[in-house]
Amino acid sequence: MKKISLTGNEAVAYALKQVEPEVISFYPITPTTEIIQLTNKYILEGKMKTEMILAESEHSALSACVGAAACNLRTVTATASQGLLYMHEVLTVASGLNLPIVMIVGNRSISAPLNIHNDHSDTMAVKDSGWLQFYAENPQEAYYLTILAFKITNLIKIPAMICLDGFITTHELTKINILSDKEVKNFLGKKDKQKSLFNFEKAPIFGQLSLPDSYLYFRFKLAKKIKKSKKIIEKTFTNFNQKFQTHFNLIETFNLTTAKNIIIASSSICGTIKETITQNLKEWGLIKITTYRPFPKKSLINICKNKEKIIILDKSLTFKGEKTGHLYEEVKEALFDLQEKPKIFGEVVGLGGKAFSPKDLKKLIQKYE
Amino acid sequence: MNKQLINMGSLCIGCGAGIIANEIIKSLNEPAIFVLATGCLEVGTTTYPHNSWPYPVIHANFGNAASVASGIARARKFNQKINKNLQIIAIAGDGATYDIGLAALSGMAERGEDVLYICYNNQAYMNTGIQKSGATPIGAQNSTLLKWEVEQKLYPKSVIKIMLAHKIPYVAQTIPIFNNDLTAKIKKAINIKGPKYIEILSPCIRGWYYEPKDSLNIINLAVETCFWPLFEYEDNQLKINYVPENKEKISTWLKLQKRFTELSKDKNLIDKLQKQINKNWEELLKENN
Repeated sequence: MKKISLTGNEAVAYALKQVEPEVISFYPITPTTEIIQLTNKYILEGKMKTEMILAESEHSALSACVGAAACNLRTVTATASQGLLYMHEVLTVASGLNLPIVMIVGNRSISAPLNIHNDHSDTMAVKDSGWLQFYAENPQEAYYLTILAFKITNLIKIPAMICLDGFITTHELTKINILSDKEVKNFLGKKDKQKSLFNFEKAPIFGQLSLPDSYLYFRFKLAKKIKKSKKIIEKTFTNFNQKFQTHFNLIETFNLTTAKNIIIASSSICGTIKETITQNLKEWGLIKITTYRPFPKKSLINICKNKEKIIILDKSLTFKGEKTGHLYEEVKEALFDLQEKPKIFGEVVGLGGKAFSPKDLKKLIQKYE
Repeated sequence: MNKQLINMGSLCIGCGAGIIANEIIKSLNEPAIFVLATGCLEVGTTTYPHNSWPYPVIHANFGNAASVASGIARARKFNQKINKNLQIIAIAGDGATYDIGLAALSGMAERGEDVLYICYNNQAYMNTGIQKSGATPIGAQNSTLLKWEVEQKLYPKSVIKIMLAHKIPYVAQTIPIFNNDLTAKIKKAINIKGPKYIEILSPCIRGWYYEPKDSLNIINLAVETCFWPLFEYEDNQLKINYVPENKEKISTWLKLQKRFTELSKDKNLIDKLQKQINKNWEELLKENN
């Protein structure tokens, strides 16, 4: 296995070069622009055979992916923040039509006020649009998850977002393990045969009008598919882990065997939490949510049932009238049926790129000790 | 290859959109993929489990037919067997073209996507209940009517001219059935590489308020009055396809449609409109020479 120094954006671009999706469609937005600049360079240098569409808006960028994906081709786009919100209308169509599109999101705050730095407000705002969501802790995970997303979406026929923290992960330079081109190609295999606009004999239709007598059926079918996807994701992760000595799962745990209390979080902040636990918080463990959609409810219940306290750290706000985040809401709901519930607290941190240091974490934990 | 829509689904009797779709299909000898914007044609011909289309068809959103078509046009390059003849045809109404999808259409034209984009223009948001669109002519009764002088210019904006400004290889204006004009234009357009734009005036019995049997009569009169001249631009070179021998007065056209009842009482405005139509027509003739 090769080790090279790459930023998160570079790592994703490298993965895309190896996957070689047929169509990339993109509209520039900070902090993901580098991904497309790099892939475009790879295309010009003849290192990947891909059609690049430089769209006039995010709405159109994703729409072009919808068109290409309906021809049963691998497609990818990248965006963040307002760009993701501008795509929202098309997101639900992509999932409703069962199109295996992959999207890279450099998580960024949403306006107003305008802010280009990291939090999870953008992907949390679209968490229920029928897409799978995976959160990468660092450039290494972003690289692997990008490859995995193409495999998983091909198996499940549902689009997926790979989320990495804007600037923190997109621009973080680290040494990462790189698979060989052959390993990537072999792992992905051939694309499944599926409904395609290129099937002229069958003349299929995508996106019909559905009246009240059938609409419910289609939406429940999508919900069922996402529920079923959990097993396929777990299986694909296991397969990947065995082949490439990685540790992907719906969730990742840290220091949980002895700890009575748990912090739950996702993405780059988990690096900070792990470090702090190792240094001064031996009483605490961590659950990192890698797969947010589908939500790993069962795994959480199994781990949390005998614990005392749980603190959920969110990088997004719900605006429901209390200062709580989305992950907090989901975890609380997931643990509601437990007979003996741990005490559950939620904290919103790091909005708009505000730094969250080990010192901040220690101070925050002290409130609950 | 099938030569028409399997049936007209739930489209109204005398609907221009259905006639247009059939005329397009009849003009094709090639494999094609259709992209529909949300609107009457899409809703009327694709209600689950029914599907009128003998070709592969996709509908995504209201304002993105041009972008979805762009994605398919690029995907075509990966289908070696058919890529030479395969046509990508987007069909959208005036709301989807003049208003919500204008940026997407502009992007498609600017990137030079090999797509035929067809706008069937019935001059309002008919599918949602006759609200004013960017293509609604002055004085046309609609469910969001404001004072004409406030909300509407004498002539609606020209997407034809916007497309000409993009310098795409083919731009044309036509109506559903008139000397095979539509069929000839489709046939010409599909033999040209790059973005093509054809705008077709489409009569609407609900929005224009007339008897279904008058559909073709009304649409022909739009041409005979020079309100809707038939022309085409190849590489921005104009060719007028039909010059009426005796130009009809615009008031004749307005009287046939109840949507213009109020306007028909306003002699002043009709005079202004007639003058504008004359001026536009003369300019067009001048450009043709």
